Amino acid sequence: MSSLLVLAIVVAVGLVAFFIGRQRAAAQDNGKVKPHSRAHYHGWWAFLLAVLPALLLLAVWAVGSSVYLDRHIHAALPERTVDSKVASEALDVSLVKSLARGLRKLDAGTLAAMPASFAELQPLLAAKGVALASDTQDYMIPIAVEANKVQDRLSLFGAIVILASSIAGAFYALRQIEPRARARNNVERLMLWGLLAASTIAILTTVGIVLSMLFQTITFFESVSPMSFFFGTVWDPRFAAAGSGGSQGQFGLIPLLAGTLYIAAVALLVAVPVGLMSAVYMAEYATPRVRSVVKPALELLAGIPTIVYGIFAVVTLGPFLRDLSAALTGGSPFIQGQSIFTAGLVMGVMLIPVVSSLSDDIITAVPRAMRDGSLGLGATRSETIKRVILPAALPGIVGAILLTASRAIGETMIVVLAAGVAANLTINPFEAMTTITVKIVNQLTGDLEFNSPQTLVAFALGLTLFTLTLVMNIVALYIVRKYREQYE
Amino acid sequence: MNIMTEQSLENAVGDKMKSNEVIKMRGDKVGVFYGEKQALFDVDLDVRLNQVTALIGPSGCGKSTFLRCLNRMNDTIDSARVTGKITLDEEDIYDKNIDVVELRARVGMVFQKPNPFPKSIYENVAYGPRIHGLAKRKADMDQIVESSLKKAAIWNEVKDRLQEPGTGLSGGQQQRLCIARAIAVSPEVILMDEPCSALDPIATARVEELIDELRQNYTIVIVTHSMQQAARVSQRTAMFHLGYLVEEGATDKMFTTPDDKRTQDYITGRFG
Repeated sequence: MSSLLVLAIVVAVGLVAFFIGRQRAAAQDNGKVKPHSRAHYHGWWAFLLAVLPALLLLAVWAVGSSVYLDRHIHAALPERTVDSKVASEALDVSLVKSLARGLRKLDAGTLAAMPASFAELQPLLAAKGVALASDTQDYMIPIAVEANKVQDRLSLFGAIVILASSIAGAFYALRQIEPRARARNNVERLMLWGLLAASTIAILTTVGIVLSMLFQTITFFESVSPMSFFFGTVWDPRFAAAGSGGSQGQFGLIPLLAGTLYIAAVALLVAVPVGLMSAVYMAEYATPRVRSVVKPALELLAGIPTIVYGIFAVVTLGPFLRDLSAALTGGSPFIQGQSIFTAGLVMGVMLIPVVSSLSDDIITAVPRAMRDGSLGLGATRSETIKRVILPAALPGIVGAILLTASRAIGETMIVVLAAGVAANLTINPFEAMTTITVKIVNQLTGDLEFNSPQTLVAFALGLTLFTLTLVMNIVALYIVRKYREQYE
Repeated sequence: MNIMTEQSLENAVGDKMKSNEVIKMRGDKVGVFYGEKQALFDVDLDVRLNQVTALIGPSGCGKSTFLRCLNRMNDTIDSARVTGKITLDEEDIYDKNIDVVELRARVGMVFQKPNPFPKSIYENVAYGPRIHGLAKRKADMDQIVESSLKKAAIWNEVKDRLQEPGTGLSGGQQQRLCIARAIAVSPEVILMDEPCSALDPIATARVEELIDELRQNYTIVIVTHSMQQAARVSQRTAMFHLGYLVEEGATDKMFTTPDDKRTQDYITGRFG
């Protein structure tokens, strides 16, 4: 029985339990005792007890049975010898599994007269639209047939257990129904657990990401010393063949870090003044009509994928600036096609809506009493903004800028396209420089094995970047929170 | 502007002889609309020099709306529209040639909830004089700040901590700080919108005392929900109801023998 069918039956059992529960609770309400929960809460409680444990069981069963099947196939395969035709054990198992999946497509007649060699079987399968790797060996066919039988048994048994648990849950809940039963509180508590689980998922995932990067980074630092990574001024990883580990490159972080910060600084130089001023206009001057058009339009800008900005930078703006500089000096361009300036400019435009949207919220949060107080003293609007509103909103705005800065540091696609890949150390904004994110992309593009410093360095870079933005976000949140307390 | 001030000075001198006669501000058929809805209808009300005029009436009767017309604070609300005529020293304040910012410096305002800026006590008071360029040197500014705080009867409580944030004071102190802030720009009229509604009885008593003292130098219009307060601090009282001015007269008379039954009912607590 397929999982989808089991799922549908479980939900159906839950729905039946819901209606019976609601009906039974309603029937018990004879007016003598004040019921604790309304009838539909009893229904929901029965539904939840029928469905949730069954769903958990379904998930566990699905994972467990696939593990069991893997083991089973593994045990059935012949001992590997030196002249084994297939490259690895894992590949063996996966070949058998895809063969087994293919066999399910065949009709009963073909299965009864199963050919013994893969060469005969392949055209039959191909006719059904199943393409298999040519590595598949003859001895795998019986194993695959056997695996299918095991799987059928497992899923049938699983379905029975799951349905039994679902029905048991429903009965348990239905037996509990009486006027003073606290079904409402039970449902509430389950909701709480559901919400808790949802919020924990994000945190646990983050922890998982950090840990996985941490272990790879530690492996990296076994071959390259942290000193030469964090303080090295030369980035020259060299390319090494997989697993050779022979030629050792230089992995200096400094040029990448400098490039990252430089481009982010240029971007902020564009985004902060423009974004802030547009936020002031929107919050203080714009009539509701203008605001209702301009604000969504600006936020639309934030929805453009960054790769599109990158294409614009590399196809349009970069060549334009190069030609412009060439025209200005009469021949030799002083702005390169890919440059810090171009990347920063485009990234700045991308960040304008971020700054303006965040600052707009913060400026609007300054109480109206502040504005009235200042205007009532005979201050003009711009005096009010400059001397009262912006100072009051300043901590929040600083927080917003820090959040924007961490976006700028972590930005990838624009710099991949527009900043260049040369790990230079320069202060000329018209030259190419590269960033941490660009190098992570470079080191991880292509077919890789994660055992050489050339690829592992990506994790060290990623962790550095993560730490950098994490610290900035923490500082930003701290400042924003402190600002909030001010008007309480 | 200079001529105007001289004129009002003359008026002030003249007041000594023919008391109660000088009209500082005059409302003539004032109406206010918020969008389509009319909140105030044909209000004729005079504000007399160096007197406290109290505006009373149940909630939503238009008294705060009228108060906010007197220094054009209604302009800051997009949908608000004012009809009729309001004069300050015989000059129409809704005239096109009037500078609103200058008007608000002449007609200051203290709000219902104390709203000190998130700045130091000193900077709160110095804010107005600074934007209007009233002090040339630091010493002048110190002088203005000190005298304003003294006039607002809060100097002794804050003189040792002028650099601390104004938001750290108690509610009553904050309100007196806001009064000092309004006084610092030397207004001619001070509008107070329920200045004591957020204060405890002791702080209220201090602010009321202060209002009485301020009357010597300023003309005051106060909106209040408290009958006792109106009786204690004001010389003239105006009663509003549902957007109309019901009755206006000397406070003594209003609280003893009002002409209108609604005023009597409101004052004796039968509605409102």
